[in-house]
Amino acid sequence: MSTVISNPDKRMSEIAEKVENGQRLTLEDGLFLYESDDLLTIGQLANQVNLRMNGKKVYFIENMSLYFTNVCEAHCAFCHYRRDEGEEGAYTLTPEQMIEYVGNHYQPGMREFHITGGHNPNMPFSYYVDCLKALKQHYPDVTIKAHTAAEIEFFSRISGLSYKDVLQTLVDAGLSTLTGGGAEILSERYRQKMGVGKATTEQWLEVQRVAHSIGLRTHATMLYGSIETLAERLQHMIYLRELQDETNGFMVFIPNSVQPANVNARLKRRVAAFDDLKTIAISRLMVDNVPHIKAYFINLGTQLTQIALTFGASDAHGTIVQERISHSAGALSPEGLTRDELIWLIKGAGRIPVERDTFYNEIQVYA
Amino acid sequence: MFGEKRVSFSRFVSIVGFRPRRIAPPCQQVYNSKDCFQSHYLRQGCRSVTTSTINDSLQDIRQKVINGERLSFEDGVRLLQSNRLLEIGMMADMVRERINGNRVYFIVNTHLNYTNVCYLDCKLCAFGLKADDPRSYTLSLEQLEQKFIGMKDKGFTELHIVGGVNAKLPFSYYEDMIKLAKKHLPDIHVQAFTAVEVDYIARVSKLSVEETIERLRAAGLGSILGGGGEIFDPEIRAIISGHKTDSDRWFAIHRKTHSLGMKSNASILYGHIEQPEHVVDHLIRLRELQDETGGFQAFFGFAFHPTNTKLAEEFKLTGETTGYYDLKMLAVARLMLDNIPHIRAFWMAIGLKMAQVALGFGADDLDGTVMEEQIIHAAGNAATQMTPKATFIEMIREAGRIPTERDTLYHILKTY
Repeated sequence: MSTVISNPDKRMSEIAEKVENGQRLTLEDGLFLYESDDLLTIGQLANQVNLRMNGKKVYFIENMSLYFTNVCEAHCAFCHYRRDEGEEGAYTLTPEQMIEYVGNHYQPGMREFHITGGHNPNMPFSYYVDCLKALKQHYPDVTIKAHTAAEIEFFSRISGLSYKDVLQTLVDAGLSTLTGGGAEILSERYRQKMGVGKATTEQWLEVQRVAHSIGLRTHATMLYGSIETLAERLQHMIYLRELQDETNGFMVFIPNSVQPANVNARLKRRVAAFDDLKTIAISRLMVDNVPHIKAYFINLGTQLTQIALTFGASDAHGTIVQERISHSAGALSPEGLTRDELIWLIKGAGRIPVERDTFYNEIQVYA
Repeated sequence: MFGEKRVSFSRFVSIVGFRPRRIAPPCQQVYNSKDCFQSHYLRQGCRSVTTSTINDSLQDIRQKVINGERLSFEDGVRLLQSNRLLEIGMMADMVRERINGNRVYFIVNTHLNYTNVCYLDCKLCAFGLKADDPRSYTLSLEQLEQKFIGMKDKGFTELHIVGGVNAKLPFSYYEDMIKLAKKHLPDIHVQAFTAVEVDYIARVSKLSVEETIERLRAAGLGSILGGGGEIFDPEIRAIISGHKTDSDRWFAIHRKTHSLGMKSNASILYGHIEQPEHVVDHLIRLRELQDETGGFQAFFGFAFHPTNTKLAEEFKLTGETTGYYDLKMLAVARLMLDNIPHIRAFWMAIGLKMAQVALGFGADDLDGTVMEEQIIHAAGNAATQMTPKATFIEMIREAGRIPTERDTLYHILKTY
């Protein structure tokens, strides 16, 4: 498919040519795209790359989000989920309580637990290990996708173990892959300003590197739409691209728009839809070596997610059941979708829904 | 009371002249029963425009758009069936820029729903209630006056008034409502009543359409609304909106309004049981009247919200419209309606985010900073009730366009 360029801009033509030839884009190319108003040309370029990599297939998974604790030692300004110990609404579930919760919501066909939570310093590392063990024991066939790279860094600090030993201990307990969070914006300026009291850029990338080295294939996110500069977003993408060149361990890149509820982040309103679509498209163009870009309907809303599938995204996430973190920060989207709704969403965008497992093996194609 | 006095539709056909019904393509001729329709509908799999599997390049249509040629019925259907959303968007954007440059319009207005009592029983609606329903209301003239007083000094340039069809209200109610509005808000433009309301106001008062509009204009009416268009195809219209004002009558009222020198708008209700052919037929009917009168200012789409509607229950419509269809609707409207100046992205129907995206797909108007609107919210739309002006300005800037505050008749009040 050739791209129709409405704007006869020379720079845009050069970038389009690079994309057609499969050449890598620079940070400056990314900046030009971000600063351009030519949304549909950018979309077509990203669509072209996505069609080349994934055809018309759009992936989703039947999964369930679980949150063991919202007690967190970090005070990230954008977060509306975290609580201090003893604060109203603070909770930490025992493994037994979690098994009970899962039992109430589990449906046959569910193949992944997506687990994230606060960095609760009052609990020993063994607590986190026991939680995974309990889940694996009760649901041996469900893949455990748990903990961000930032949580791994936190576990390393409280246990005194190396990243590798933390990861190996969790793998032995049942862990199959890490979640992509905790990256926020990989910039020390940003992390300082936003009070991101957790893993630094370097530490986050190092945890991922180690995870890939022991054979885990993982996820990576970016939380955009607050105080970061466009160059910082692009540098974030380039960090991931460079690590991917080295390890080839990332399966998917997930740009998430920040939600506006926490006043500390001083967000006047939701991220602009133009920005959401440009970010999806530019992610597809910049992060050329990661197979998938995910349009996370929790943060985008269902209709915009459908449009994102034409702007380079090839993954619509999953059923989730009950999302908490973005909703506590003011997301307006549904807290989960059924399998039928996801199929509707993808078909409604003219794509082919493919139910996958955690590792993008195809379970069923809904042609 | 209203029921007995209702005049048959055939009489109106004789008033406005018979319009030969468009012969629907074979796929539309099967809907002779609900079951048959439903099974046909369900085969489509989902509530979006069915997309063609043929690799239709649209190159010839693109060439027509570049040349400024009018698109045909077949072109419109092909566009709606095509999967090439971004290319369709680009064509629409080209036309948008040709007609409206880089301006994106918005208005500071407020809505008033004077009654939710409705004698019609449209399956598409979650708002109208029978008079004996405990949730029903009709604002008295005193209550209306209080509302108008409350609207003073808020910077509104337009008052948008719409309600149910409450046959118990005398003609003087409507006249007095508008007079009271103008008394307290002398500078405001009163854009009120859909053609459906005008139709029933005229019938109940035993006045001609012309006299109805003239007398309302004398009271202060500035223009009429574009609602009640729904789908003009008679078969679909009969299913979704029962005995509501038929298409010919709808057009006759707009024609008369335009002939009296007043402006109006036009709309479509999409995302229920209509097929691409019905949408394109709808657009072409509007284009034809516009060729004749030039009185339509803007076109907009209402995405069907299924919650609490009988239509959804009967046809098992569950989800909302797809974002894909929302954008395609506006883009195809921009391409087909080459003679209507503005395409409006109605943010209350599709949400602020999608409304902004629509600016890249042919739309040049974000409608108003609406204060109070109950009809769409009765059907369960989660979008908030009001958008501040500053948000519109930012949204338009983020899309790389020039924020332009307008009045009802598209005079530019301020460029930001």
